[in-house]
Amino acid sequence: MAPIFKASEVHKRFGDHVVLENINLQFKSDCLSGIMGPNGAGKTTCFNVLTGKYKPDRGRIEFQGEDITGLAPHEIARKGISRSFQTMNLFNEFTVLENILIALKEVREHGFDFMHLLARESEVAAKAEKILSLVGLSGKEYHRTSDLAYGDRRSLEIGVALAAEPSLLFLDEPTSGLGAKATTQLLDLIHRLKQKYTIVMIEHDMNFLFELADSISVIHWGQVIAYGTPDTLRDNKWVKQSMLGEGA
Amino acid sequence: MIVRKIAAQDWITKEMLLIFVILVTLPLWIEQIGLYRYLGVEIVIWMIYGLGFNLLLGYSGLPSFGHGAFFGIGAYAFGLFQLWFFENLWLAIVFAIFASFIAGAAVACFVSHRRGIYFALMTIAFGQIFWFIAIKWHSVTGGEDGLLNIPRAAADFGIFAFDLDSNTELFYFVFIVFVCIVLLLWRLVHSKFGKVLQAIRQNEERARFIGYNVWLFKWVAFTLSAAIAGLAGVLFSMAQQGAYPDVMALHASGIIVMMTLIGGGFVSFWGPVIGVTIYFLARDVLGIITEAWLLWFGLVFVLTVLFKPEGVAGAWQEWRKSRTSTVSGYQTLLQFLSTKKR
Ligand SMILES: Nc1ncnc2c1ncn2[C@@H]1O[C@H](COP(=O)(O)OP(=O)(O)O)[C@@H](O)[C@H]1O
Ligand SMILES: [Mg+2]
Repeated sequence: MAPIFKASEVHKRFGDHVVLENINLQFKSDCLSGIMGPNGAGKTTCFNVLTGKYKPDRGRIEFQGEDITGLAPHEIARKGISRSFQTMNLFNEFTVLENILIALKEVREHGFDFMHLLARESEVAAKAEKILSLVGLSGKEYHRTSDLAYGDRRSLEIGVALAAEPSLLFLDEPTSGLGAKATTQLLDLIHRLKQKYTIVMIEHDMNFLFELADSISVIHWGQVIAYGTPDTLRDNKWVKQSMLGEGA
Repeated sequence: MIVRKIAAQDWITKEMLLIFVILVTLPLWIEQIGLYRYLGVEIVIWMIYGLGFNLLLGYSGLPSFGHGAFFGIGAYAFGLFQLWFFENLWLAIVFAIFASFIAGAAVACFVSHRRGIYFALMTIAFGQIFWFIAIKWHSVTGGEDGLLNIPRAAADFGIFAFDLDSNTELFYFVFIVFVCIVLLLWRLVHSKFGKVLQAIRQNEERARFIGYNVWLFKWVAFTLSAAIAGLAGVLFSMAQQGAYPDVMALHASGIIVMMTLIGGGFVSFWGPVIGVTIYFLARDVLGIITEAWLLWFGLVFVLTVLFKPEGVAGAWQEWRKSRTSTVSGYQTLLQFLSTKKR
């Protein structure tokens, strides 16, 4: 089966600092693809290039067979790619519910509606409720986002990405900063999301990824240095080395 | 903390009615408190200007320091249409709004991919260009002397017509425009479009990644806001029966920013209305006492930005919140005491 997403020979540098060098990645439909690697390896930059924040200096990016290289973030988003951010990126003055509503496809399609309220249609509100309950934020609809606890903000970060009903979901270190209990809850959430979505996830927690992922790419020094299923990678020397190199 | 339910948003609110009532009766009492009717005209015109400006500053988070240009273009275009072609209030108004709309749309093309300080600097630059043209293009604008003797034709509704000769008549004309703009903008800021603008203000990057063409939204907000400034400029040139370059100067563009911020445009729809009132009262009341009133006003502005960036409206909202929380605190205490007894 052809992959839903394909990046070929992608290069990116900032000034004379080469951050991505000849990246080749393929993500299959209905799978959870993991990306791991030490801090500063270029994982987030890779997401940024794949989702349109930066244009690659070279290379080609394809989504559902279509060339999306160099498209703007909103164009890529509208093709059905959603992402979450490692450092949280929410609408802090909005309520939790408004964060979800604004990201819903139904609202986005009517962005230039000068008359009607955000959630005038009850189906739209119901949809937002469903997403909030999925990510475990029911009952906090009317909390101001900046007042949320850290873990709840992490969940909302994922909720906002889900709201657009993506065909492909990029998650950038969703567990970062979470305690053990919250990490377990998140693991459970991603297990559930896995049934419905095609996911690409960056994760530094090796065990987390080994449990969830169908395949894993290891990025180091801006290159994909290993690729395989969790089982084949468990004893890979690069994986061991890069994870040891990461320290704590 | 529960912020605010996204319940059905009314077309008309209590605050709105209160402001309408205060304004509609203004000609009856303004002279009683030692002021004059023309001041009412001026205040309401600048309220319109401020409300349109706040669509950009407060709702979209885009600080334009060149909005005087569009106010001025509206004023000049209104005059020029009638001096060049013929006297007709409606056509002149449409022409003037169109002119400021076009100017706004053109400038918006250049500034919409910017924000923050770069946005501010570019709007200053464009504002200065328009101001310079207004001063130098003598044959059209009358240069520093301005455009004089702009006719103020009657408001002709076909079957009947209103003269707008007296300040009271003009006031009610301006008031009706104000009501329309308030109703329109109130709806707009609570619509999906308005929410997207607020989302862009809070987090432009995320707005982009959930699929909004941020550039286009900013462009529309800027252009709309410029058109409303142009409409206010029209009313001002009707009031003054002339159009002058000073409203286009950087100084004048800065004052609308000050008014909007002092009033609390970032936290309230009514921020600019409050700010404009404070400014004109300061000018006419403080102005009697000291010629340096603008210095004091500027000082208040600096203090506002330093200590209460949410402005008067923000202080008011906080006061009300603190009052409700002391009440509930008191109730909790009572509850606590009564449970203890039992
Ligand atoms: N916008 C940028 N400008 C310059 N350097 C950048 C930029 N973004 C990332 N980098 C650099 O790219 C490298 C990889 O960063 P990043 O992709 O965040 O790593 P990771 O997510 O794997 O921890 C780092 O050295 C970082 O400093
Ligand atoms: Mg990272």
